[in-house]
Amino acid sequence: MQINQFLDQFKRSLGVMKKDIRIYYLKGPVVIFGFLMPLFLFLAFFIGSRDLPMDFLISGLISMTVFFTATAVSPVIAPWEAQVQTLERLISAPISITTLIFGDMLASFIFGIIIPILPIALGLAVGVNILQPIILILGIFLAAACFSSFGLILSSPPSNAPSNVMMISSLVRFPLVFLSGIFIPIEKMPYWGKIIASFSPLTYFTDLTRYSINGANYYPIQVDLIVIIFFTILFFFLAAQLHKRTIYKRI
Amino acid sequence: MKHVIQVQNLTKRYGKLTAVDHINFEVEKGEIFGFLGPNGAGKTTTLRMLTGIIQADEGAANILGFNIQKEALKAKQNIGVVPETSNAYVDLSAWQNMMLMSELYGIPRKVAEDRAESLLDRLSLYHRRDDKVKGFSKGMKQRLILCMALVNDPILVFLDEPTSGLDVASRQLIREILQEFPEQGKTIFLTTHNMNEANRLCDRVAIINQGKIAAIDRPEKLKNTVKKLKSIEVSFDRSVNTQSLSEISHIKELKKEGDKFIAYTDNVNGLIHSLTNFAGLNGLKIVTLNTRDPSLEEVFVELTGEA
Ligand SMILES: Nc1ncnc2c1ncn2[C@@H]1O[C@H](COP(=O)(O)OP(=O)(O)OP(=O)(O)O)[C@@H](O)[C@H]1O
Ligand SMILES: [Mg+2]
Repeated sequence: MQINQFLDQFKRSLGVMKKDIRIYYLKGPVVIFGFLMPLFLFLAFFIGSRDLPMDFLISGLISMTVFFTATAVSPVIAPWEAQVQTLERLISAPISITTLIFGDMLASFIFGIIIPILPIALGLAVGVNILQPIILILGIFLAAACFSSFGLILSSPPSNAPSNVMMISSLVRFPLVFLSGIFIPIEKMPYWGKIIASFSPLTYFTDLTRYSINGANYYPIQVDLIVIIFFTILFFFLAAQLHKRTIYKRI
Repeated sequence: MKHVIQVQNLTKRYGKLTAVDHINFEVEKGEIFGFLGPNGAGKTTTLRMLTGIIQADEGAANILGFNIQKEALKAKQNIGVVPETSNAYVDLSAWQNMMLMSELYGIPRKVAEDRAESLLDRLSLYHRRDDKVKGFSKGMKQRLILCMALVNDPILVFLDEPTSGLDVASRQLIREILQEFPEQGKTIFLTTHNMNEANRLCDRVAIINQGKIAAIDRPEKLKNTVKKLKSIEVSFDRSVNTQSLSEISHIKELKKEGDKFIAYTDNVNGLIHSLTNFAGLNGLKIVTLNTRDPSLEEVFVELTGEA
């Protein structure tokens, strides 16, 4: 009975996912915010400091791409639906808020694992080798789920103006990129920098990507994986709980 | 299960405002139940609490035997909702919107397709099924929203002003569909500002004012409770001074409506006599003379104190 109900809600979350993909993801901003923006950051650093090795930069580009893609659209879905008045219809359906959030997360996850093919291809094209493809794929899957859930936390304040949420999420996302060892390797950070970096899930994913590409890692790989899994579960439950509180305020 | 809706002390507050104030009522299976009230009376707020869209602050609502607060998913599975302000997804086609709703209700694909086909056909949208909703007119959108609300073949349907802003044909179509429901043992909970519609459609109506239920009964019975609102409609062959007409005996209130006068009275017989006297004295011919029962609208105005 419990299991059936669970499977049933899971199937319904696929309906939510399909809707999100059709409406929000196949429209361009994902590619722009998810891949082009990291690419520009990457180029800026590539031109700015020629002494950073290519494999270091490419692994940074991959982790930025997963991060930005997975958080590109998920923060605006809830405010957007409230604004165009489709949300009331949606929550009158027999789906739990967790199901709804899970569906949003899945849509974001799918793009979070597909778009990184672009930077990986770019890396291969410029002659970067991938030493641990399995670890890289596993890492991308986990990180996509983790960052998608993170994006949904950003959408939980009950503001119905997508532009507000966009602003908040940019304010959170950009600093994280600079604190997570993407452009400055963790080992070169000052002590306080290392402490801050250790609170960012992006740090562990970047570490994992770097290990998969050139074998250099700062934390043990098991630690990277466990921490990302831990953040994924934490973020998802936090997002679901927060939306349970705030979603009614959007109506 | 006799009562498909049971409401006890249902209350909702927004800050200092009590939008819905300890209301109680029941709706029987197979009824068309009208929920009437002026703007801001608390109709939409009540409907949202009954459909699990917002949480009540106090009290309880039982929908199809399930407590809507505690067993929301079970209750929602068998109800249909047409919210007051709601849209279909404009970037999806009518068909995709229908399929999305079916998925959210866990309806098997084949059943969903058959049902979507017959619903869209019934509401004359089938030929536009693959068009994006973006290009639909207001009436088409509203009809689609009704289709979407019926995709799970609900046994209880909530509609918040489903016909507001629609043309005569769309209104009639929707009304016809709703009228078929009781035969199938289905129940309708409907809010509307259209008294004529409520009068023709509803088995019972509740009138809510400032969050409280002012009256709840069958429309004809409600009309009888406000007896003093009997009136006579009269017209003469020439124009008449309203002032002098209003001074004849047995008139409580006089209103001019076009070329007719509506005279309210508590003594119909006495008023007819004084009207014929008035006509004789002034050399007027009476063209029409009708006694009228109070309309639901007049009952409504009386009970809600709306001008
Ligand atoms: N989300 C909200 N926040 C604050 N106040 C609200 C909210 N929703 C409704 N109200 C207030 O509650 C009262 C009842 O509103 P409601 O929408 O239920 O009225 P209604 O009877 O549906 O009116 P209408 O006929 O105009 O649709 C109003 O005074 C309204 O301002
Ligand atoms: Mg309303």
